[in-house]
Amino acid sequence: MWRCGLSAGQLKAAITPARLLDETGRLVRGAPTPDAEALAEGYRKLVFARRLNEQAGALVRQGRLAVYPSSRGQEACQVACTSVLAEGDWLFPTYRDSAAIAARGVDPVEVLTLLRGDWHCGYDPNVHKVAPQATPLATQLLHAVGVGHAARLKGEDTVVMALCGDGATSEGDFHEACNFAAVFRAPVVFFVQNNKYAISVPLARQSVAPSLAAKAIGYGMPGVRVDGNDLPALEKVLGEAVARARAGDGPTLVEADTYRIESHTNADDASRYRADDEVTAWLPRDPLLRVRTYLTAIGALDDEREQDIAAAAEEMAAAVRAGVGAETVADPEEVFAHVYSTLTPQLAEQRAALRAELELEEA
Amino acid sequence: MSAATKMTMAQAINAALRDAITEDDSVVVFGEDVAQLGGVFRVTDGLHREFGESRVFDTPLAESGIVGMAVGMAMNGMRPVVEMQFDAFAYPAFEQIVSHVAKLGNRTRGKVRLPIVIRVPYAGGIGGVEHHCDSSEAYYAHTPGLTVVAPATNADAYGLLREAIAGSDPVIFLEPKKHYFTKEEVDVSVPVPPIGRAVVRRPGADATLIAYGPSVPVALAAAEQAATEGRDLGVIDLRSIVPFDDETVCAEVRRTGRAVVVAEAPGFASVASEIAARVGERCFHHLEAPVRRVTGFDVPYPPPKLEHHFLPGVDRILDTVDTLQWEEDVA
Ligand SMILES: Cc1ncc(C[n+]2csc(CCOP(=O)(O)OP(=O)(O)O)c2C)c(N)n1
Ligand SMILES: [Mg+2]
Repeated sequence: MWRCGLSAGQLKAAITPARLLDETGRLVRGAPTPDAEALAEGYRKLVFARRLNEQAGALVRQGRLAVYPSSRGQEACQVACTSVLAEGDWLFPTYRDSAAIAARGVDPVEVLTLLRGDWHCGYDPNVHKVAPQATPLATQLLHAVGVGHAARLKGEDTVVMALCGDGATSEGDFHEACNFAAVFRAPVVFFVQNNKYAISVPLARQSVAPSLAAKAIGYGMPGVRVDGNDLPALEKVLGEAVARARAGDGPTLVEADTYRIESHTNADDASRYRADDEVTAWLPRDPLLRVRTYLTAIGALDDEREQDIAAAAEEMAAAVRAGVGAETVADPEEVFAHVYSTLTPQLAEQRAALRAELELEEA
Repeated sequence: MSAATKMTMAQAINAALRDAITEDDSVVVFGEDVAQLGGVFRVTDGLHREFGESRVFDTPLAESGIVGMAVGMAMNGMRPVVEMQFDAFAYPAFEQIVSHVAKLGNRTRGKVRLPIVIRVPYAGGIGGVEHHCDSSEAYYAHTPGLTVVAPATNADAYGLLREAIAGSDPVIFLEPKKHYFTKEEVDVSVPVPPIGRAVVRRPGADATLIAYGPSVPVALAAAEQAATEGRDLGVIDLRSIVPFDDETVCAEVRRTGRAVVVAEAPGFASVASEIAARVGERCFHHLEAPVRRVTGFDVPYPPPKLEHHFLPGVDRILDTVDTLQWEEDVA
């Protein structure tokens, strides 16, 4: 069993971000050579995630979506946290993780149902093992622990990937989830996308710990910090955490060092609290750029393949536009349909009253 | 100098905070995004710049932490005014509110009073996605020890907040976020009636609509519409749910003999139910018809595209008024 060690290696892993591909797209010294084909597939997913962020942003501007919290700049996190999962594993995402859910295989139009305002969750969580996107911060992390613990009790080797932001690590539920997971040795990977802001509040106001990953030590689980814009490094670190969980060795807290390039949502105005040059300084660390540079340099990505990927992403975007743009008629009676598994007499009465109102309106 | 100026409700609340901080060194404002950003609704805009970090500050992202720390600060002589970013995001603070904020005065036989104001942008009508539109007043109103205030006008938003901050007991201050950007004339030098006093916003002879917070303008619009149809409806704005102004409400209902309570929250076990019960008990011999309630359905707040079916509107109010056993029905 992993012990809260004070070994230099464990502390270093929790504080210094692991990295395989540097900002210029070169492998760092001593890094294992990534599988070129797998990385090219990863690149395709990055392009898709970026395209989805852009498309959703455009749909907000056209009034087709109520709101969109973009993961621009965090696409490597979005891709890696799903690519390391097996089919039966679970993902517990937040409002910012639409691209991750799409990368998991959920139809992006179904993902955007929430933000389009049609319903609170547009996909069936059981189909792709993806929980509904959580808005009340950090609350979903305990559910993730529960799913993991249940799997262990049932003798299944399911792993649960639980996502949250840097701000959410301040909530009590974050701490309870970490502690429960560690105590029950639940097969959970806590993946914190530290994008440096919680709306306007910078990381320094959330925590003065050496890192967020370092908090893991206090709960008796490993904490690992990783460059959040480095896809191969993320896949390696998250992959190891998943393997650990699957082997029955318990949870890991992984912190990705990344940055929220856009405002919190379209409703937010980041110029009120951060300088443009701070954003500009992160642009060269773009997660797509470095994979692309590397793949091109080793000859695994040529113009033709790049164009194929772009065309496929364009096709996905067109489908999203069509799907989100399609006129749908929300059924008012649905507000009563799912509150209980059996409609209560009171709700039946209220539904009848609404139906009568609507019929009168039509007449 | 006293002069009415046009301001939004957000600006009225901002002015109340500014004046309170200026006049009383013990007033501190804190919460999530309230400092540099000025709040997601800009209610605290400019206060951090003006008064500095010791008076207005951002906290780590934890509502239980915010309210729990407010308890300690109040025990040590300060008057914390904290913001919960949205109604549904106050729930992590529920334990602190119910177990400590509401009870400490009673537990200590009045030796420790907690002058804390918990500001909550609340209720719907803004096309917000889930968890951004809850009408959570019943949870608070059901908890003895909490004063629950729900302004409907900008003048009240200013005046009631000033009184809440200056008082000695904890106040849940419910701000109808739908009206944050509605402009009204406000003269902050004119005092408003105190917390605990309801106000008759519109006298009416035929029936009385009882409302608070975001439902007051809806009730007024319904009364306006009814007038064109020959029915004279009065509107009472409760202003505070706890304490409840039985006197004003009952005086009006006894006069008209008919009452409809309008509120956005689901109706079952709600504040509207409490009001209907009180009025029924106290005005029974004056009533021409049962007290009716027009409320949200007993469902989780619907997604943006369906919220208009949920919210009590003018038509639903007038349809309900029509059921109040009018002479012509009996004839
Ligand atoms: C319990 C709770 N409190 C407040 C909010 C409002 N809110 C939504 S997102 C957010 C910031 C979250 O920051 P972080 O956890 O870093 O995630 P990010 O948005 O950066 O991805 C806040 C305060 C919320 N959703 N839930
Ligand atoms: Mg963040």
